Amino acid sequence: MNQMGAKNMISHSFRIAWKDLLEVFRNRMGLVLLILMPIFMMVMVGYIYPSDNSMSDVTVALVNEDVGYGGYTNASSTLTAILENTSNSIDWMSLTTASSFDEVRDMIQRGDVDAGIIISSDFSSSIMNGQQGTITLVTDQSNLQMSSLLQSVLQEVFDQLGTMLAQQNVQSLGVDPSNALAVVQPYNVQTEGAIEGTFTYFDFVAPGIIAMTVMMSVMTGLPAAISEERESGTLDGMMVAPISRLSVILGKTLAQIARGLLQGLIIIVIAVALFGVTIHGSILLVFALLLLCVFSFVGLGIVLTSFTKDQETAVMLMTTIMFPMMFLSGVFFPVEQMPWYMQSLSNCLPLTYVANALRKVMVLGADISMITTELAILIGFGTVMIAIAVPVFKRAMTQ
Amino acid sequence: MIEVRDLTKKFNDFTAVDHITFDVKKSEVFGLLGPNGAGKTTTIRMLSTLTRPTEGTATIGGYDIVKHDNKVRQLIGLVSEKMIMYDRLTAKENLRFFGKLYNLPKNILNERTDELLDLVQLTKWKDSKVGTFSTGMRQRMNVVRALLNMPKVLFLDEPTLGLDPQSTVEVREFIKKTNKENKTTIILTTHMMNEADLLCDRIGIMDQGKIDTLDTSTNLKKLISGDDTTILKLEIPNLTNKLITKIQSVKCVSSVSRENNSHLKVHATGDDAFDLIIDAVRAEKAKINSIEKLQPTLEDVFLHITGREVRDKADNKIAIKHGPGSRGFRQKLRVR
Repeated sequence: MNQMGAKNMISHSFRIAWKDLLEVFRNRMGLVLLILMPIFMMVMVGYIYPSDNSMSDVTVALVNEDVGYGGYTNASSTLTAILENTSNSIDWMSLTTASSFDEVRDMIQRGDVDAGIIISSDFSSSIMNGQQGTITLVTDQSNLQMSSLLQSVLQEVFDQLGTMLAQQNVQSLGVDPSNALAVVQPYNVQTEGAIEGTFTYFDFVAPGIIAMTVMMSVMTGLPAAISEERESGTLDGMMVAPISRLSVILGKTLAQIARGLLQGLIIIVIAVALFGVTIHGSILLVFALLLLCVFSFVGLGIVLTSFTKDQETAVMLMTTIMFPMMFLSGVFFPVEQMPWYMQSLSNCLPLTYVANALRKVMVLGADISMITTELAILIGFGTVMIAIAVPVFKRAMTQ
Repeated sequence: MIEVRDLTKKFNDFTAVDHITFDVKKSEVFGLLGPNGAGKTTTIRMLSTLTRPTEGTATIGGYDIVKHDNKVRQLIGLVSEKMIMYDRLTAKENLRFFGKLYNLPKNILNERTDELLDLVQLTKWKDSKVGTFSTGMRQRMNVVRALLNMPKVLFLDEPTLGLDPQSTVEVREFIKKTNKENKTTIILTTHMMNEADLLCDRIGIMDQGKIDTLDTSTNLKKLISGDDTTILKLEIPNLTNKLITKIQSVKCVSSVSRENNSHLKVHATGDDAFDLIIDAVRAEKAKINSIEKLQPTLEDVFLHITGREVRDKADNKIAIKHGPGSRGFRQKLRVR
């Protein structure tokens, strides 16, 4: 192709891209959905997973069956006092009292309370006699997420109480008060993130959703856009004009890229403004990564386009590809949670690397030198796919 | 202008177009007439470089449709069966977009867009979205779009399909005008006999992927009247099947078709056909309200050549042929 031809091809591509974007912006409903879809996605996945700040209105029933020891019920009353204190300081938890295990069970079944704490009748006597006091946690098995979370919160409260008690006990055995804690709990475990700040599930999921949206726009938006034109007959209008077949696909791709990047930008803005996500790395690097994401998927998108004859197929293709990608590439769930074969499958998906690299940059503030593996894989994948795609597409267009 | 040699298109085992050969002269209107599925659209798609032929060649203005496809594309305009228009763009935007694909300089393109819109009386709606247009307006746009590059050859695939009578007349007038004023060579496909008759200088009758006969419409009609076929339209109240069978059994009658409850169309040969048929009806004591001698139409030609009626025509006719002079006619009973 000579220079003139190349220039024409580029200019035709821009024409086609501009026409496509004009159509997108004229479609009000589509435009609204373009913005709403990522918001829905963020909200859905963000709130499905429970975290401390997602718990609310949790009621725990307290049953104190302690009969005391020699008229003293010190041990259990200290415990209830501390529990009340705790529930007062945690605004999502409230405490109510009940008389027996049976009543607690009834309350859980009716849905009045979410869990119960039962202090056994021999609690004080056991402790006074140097034995372990028994506390029973009654949980609601129908809500596993909630009960496990509640369990860990309450466990922590009891652990602290137990430690305090143990501290007093060893002190009474003559241990120096300043060393008493070290005697009962020799390890002091602290948790600290690699970088400062608090993180939510949104921080984890936002980069993945961005990567996925951009991927979808080139991989499924492209076949859909071309098959739509094929069906309505307008593709013939372009094909009958003396333009390069490549400028059609190039123009369509440019429009999809613009749409994808716009959507990506919307998600970033929403994530930062509404969901408190902070971008720790360079925003430029984030966009560079999104462009690379587009590059690596364009070839695959064109190949799929060549095989998609109508819109219905395009839509089916979209769902078939989107779901496994979504779940396998660690967008919503960490890859490490999966069994080994799923993990190896995940390693074959380019989206995994985009999501990974984006997460590293956005959450961990990584710079370009720390994501070279991902970059190399994406560039390699993209180049190979484009090399396959161009001849396949040319053949498909002139059957 | 156009030379087609043994052009063939196969889709897997199905042969859509089967070794067709024809020439179209400069500034001629050439019609491909045939029922749906005859291969007309595939022929147009091959000639307009949208589909590659499986076998054979064709040249347009001296350029091969496969080897020099981009040269061919500069010469041609296509009005396809489907509207080539973007509903969300305005009339003007649509024309500008397609015009840009032909590398027309901006000022020329603007001029031509205005001219063409004016030509089909759409100037008033130039800034309205095409999606809001009526079918007639859209088809006018569709035709005009194909003229953006001032094509030497214009392909029209069923240009009046689905249009109301008024729009049909408008589009036909426009086609004639384009052919006369710009000396544009036109190839059009249609399954409507009268359309081919009205517009085309020459007509190729296409059926099952082949061009059976190719001639001017006058000569095609002579094919029938030449072998002294008489076509009579009889109005007989209270038509009975017995009477129809009786008429069919008359020696000179080659086919009888029932138009409705009281009208019969009879093809017959020989000088005494008229009398013989009337005698036969009288013998059955039936009354003839009127009798009319018809000029052969292209429909009759089609029937004559292919031995079949245009397949997609909605009808409930009985067309039974037998007797002398019924070349290649097969017996066929059509009941809806």
